[in-house]
Amino acid sequence: MKRALSLIGAAVAAFLGNSAQAETLSIATVNNGDMIRMQKLSEHFTKAHPDITLNWVTLEENVLRQRVTTDIAAKGGQYDILTIGTYEVPIWTKQKWLMPLDKLGSNYDVEDLLPSIRSGLTTDGTLYAAPFYGESSMVMYRKDLFEKAGLTMPEAPTWAFVSDAARKLTDKKAEVYGICLRGKAGWGENMAFLSAMANSFGASWFDMTWKPQFNTDPWKQTLTTYLGLMKDAGPPGASSNGFNENLALFQSGKCAMWIDATVAASFVSNPAQSKVADKVGYALAPDTGLGKRSNWLWAWSLAVPASSKKGDAAQAFISWATSKDYLDLVAKEEGWANVPPGTRSSLYANPEYRKAAPFADLTLKSIQAADPQHPTVKPVPYTGVQFVAIPEFQGIGTAVGQAFSAALAGQTTADQALQTAQTLATREMTKAGYIK
Amino acid sequence: MARATTNRKKLVVTLIAWTVGIVIFFPILWTVLTSFKTEAEAVATPPTFLAFHWTLENYTEVQQRSDYFLHFWNSVVISVGSTLIGLMVAVPAAWSMAFIPGKRTRDVLMWMLSTKMLPPVGVLIPIYLLFRDTGLLDSRIGLVIVLTLINLPIIVWMLFTYFREIPGEILEASRMDGAGLRDEILFVLLPMAVPGIASTLLLNIILAWNEAFWTLNLSASQSAPLTAFIASYSSPEGLFYAKLSAASTMAVAPILILGWFSQKQLVRGLTFGAVK
Repeated sequence: MKRALSLIGAAVAAFLGNSAQAETLSIATVNNGDMIRMQKLSEHFTKAHPDITLNWVTLEENVLRQRVTTDIAAKGGQYDILTIGTYEVPIWTKQKWLMPLDKLGSNYDVEDLLPSIRSGLTTDGTLYAAPFYGESSMVMYRKDLFEKAGLTMPEAPTWAFVSDAARKLTDKKAEVYGICLRGKAGWGENMAFLSAMANSFGASWFDMTWKPQFNTDPWKQTLTTYLGLMKDAGPPGASSNGFNENLALFQSGKCAMWIDATVAASFVSNPAQSKVADKVGYALAPDTGLGKRSNWLWAWSLAVPASSKKGDAAQAFISWATSKDYLDLVAKEEGWANVPPGTRSSLYANPEYRKAAPFADLTLKSIQAADPQHPTVKPVPYTGVQFVAIPEFQGIGTAVGQAFSAALAGQTTADQALQTAQTLATREMTKAGYIK
Repeated sequence: MARATTNRKKLVVTLIAWTVGIVIFFPILWTVLTSFKTEAEAVATPPTFLAFHWTLENYTEVQQRSDYFLHFWNSVVISVGSTLIGLMVAVPAAWSMAFIPGKRTRDVLMWMLSTKMLPPVGVLIPIYLLFRDTGLLDSRIGLVIVLTLINLPIIVWMLFTYFREIPGEILEASRMDGAGLRDEILFVLLPMAVPGIASTLLLNIILAWNEAFWTLNLSASQSAPLTAFIASYSSPEGLFYAKLSAASTMAVAPILILGWFSQKQLVRGLTFGAVK
């Protein structure tokens, strides 16, 4: 039966002329500035490799995740190069879905990759994905408003300072809010921020026996601090704000502080987009003195499915796109400020880059402050800073995110939201077999 | 007096109709306006309505970055192809159900409709595996097959409803005059049901044009229609609203224009039989 189906399929494919050629690489990627730039510059690669042609499939992050997960799980073989995040790499490696990247060439300089980023992409000493750009989170603040209020932002602020400053800087009549934080429900939206914040309060998703920890004091402190702060000093309708909404608010001068992805620094400091471009200062994400800061770690990386028959060509492309030479190429064509950040130590040692990107130091320090192998104050059985690297996390994370978003919207109290989170996380983890 | 009341009533009805019309059309208008703004103006608060710096840069960039015509052509092939094949299957089916109903016709109709109640993601993996084994992944013919099957229940139901409005005696008369089954359907039934068929055709083209689950999941680079074209301009981290609006405008424009020109047939078809 299968054979007959294959025959029909082959006939149909031949009829439509859709059958793949030997050295055409299909690259699935996300839509962000750095990736689009790579797509534009890829003609430099194809000029050097005339036998390889590139086919791009650009999709929105969540659509892409669904799309490539289906394909790799079903071994559909539609893509030769995948753009995946730090969440997928450890899970997919465990499933043996990814090809080890052992043909990146002698000039590649793996040692130059930032250790915290590299560790998240390595399993048993083998690199399975090469980072294209990396990010952490940090505080972006308005230097002018701080000065006017007589406040000085330390390089490494505490949550107590941030909360106090946010309340002092809020002027709701003038539509200036002390702090803008993510509130939109989703494991990659509000839960990315809240999980990282919880780490700094000594909370964790699970203990060593995979029991959810939402009924513990550190989580209660995290959520009450967040909700109180957003009520007193946050913008209205914050429960539907994600990265883009807060970016728009900050750029139009409505937020005194914003804690979010380091990649935002290049947007808010760009005068073509931002009204406050020359007034932005940067600081590390806050802590509470327990030894962990509330910053996350993420890298968009390129990987090859284990089933790909074009592994060599695919690795040649990955080697090009994540090399030091590529960074130089972007600098030459589009300026140092547009170089994809957060992957290589050498970039942060480059004086030209440091001059073009005033946020470079803080970005590097933020990335170094995050440790995906030991993300929390107490030991935990999982890796990942703002996520838990298990397949079940997307579902549980989003459901918990909905409960917390509802609390932010005022539909439930902090206690109710934590109770809901505890109940549903316990149920799902038991069902998945983690809790015996 | 009576005339004054009628006039006032007319005015109220007109006002309501316009309000509803504007409310429904506003998101599309807003998308079109945003597509002519710069990225900074697209997210400005308070938003600007017409007094902004009009620019075509988003359209230029969308053109440079993606192959609009490939996606457009894929959308045309997939939506028109699936609708035509669907009609070819559905006309005989609806004919038999409308004119020679059996004991279980109602149940069959309900069963067909019930297939629409299953969340599509529930059958994603089986269909994906089937497509992988038959080499149909990322092919237009694969998407035509899936969309035909998905929209078939709606086509059958719509045609069934229209056919039932046609008196069976007319068909009987044609049979008495010696028409065979083929002639009866082609030359007697179909001409009478043209408004119904036209509206079924248009509605299904629109449904297939807008279908965004299967077309996104089963396509990659070769067969991706306009839904994938739009998805490539959306991003949770980074402001691309103006470019996204430009892409959306380009994607909905053809179907909007088709709808505009065929609105008479659409309304006639959808209210077919209601005034009899």
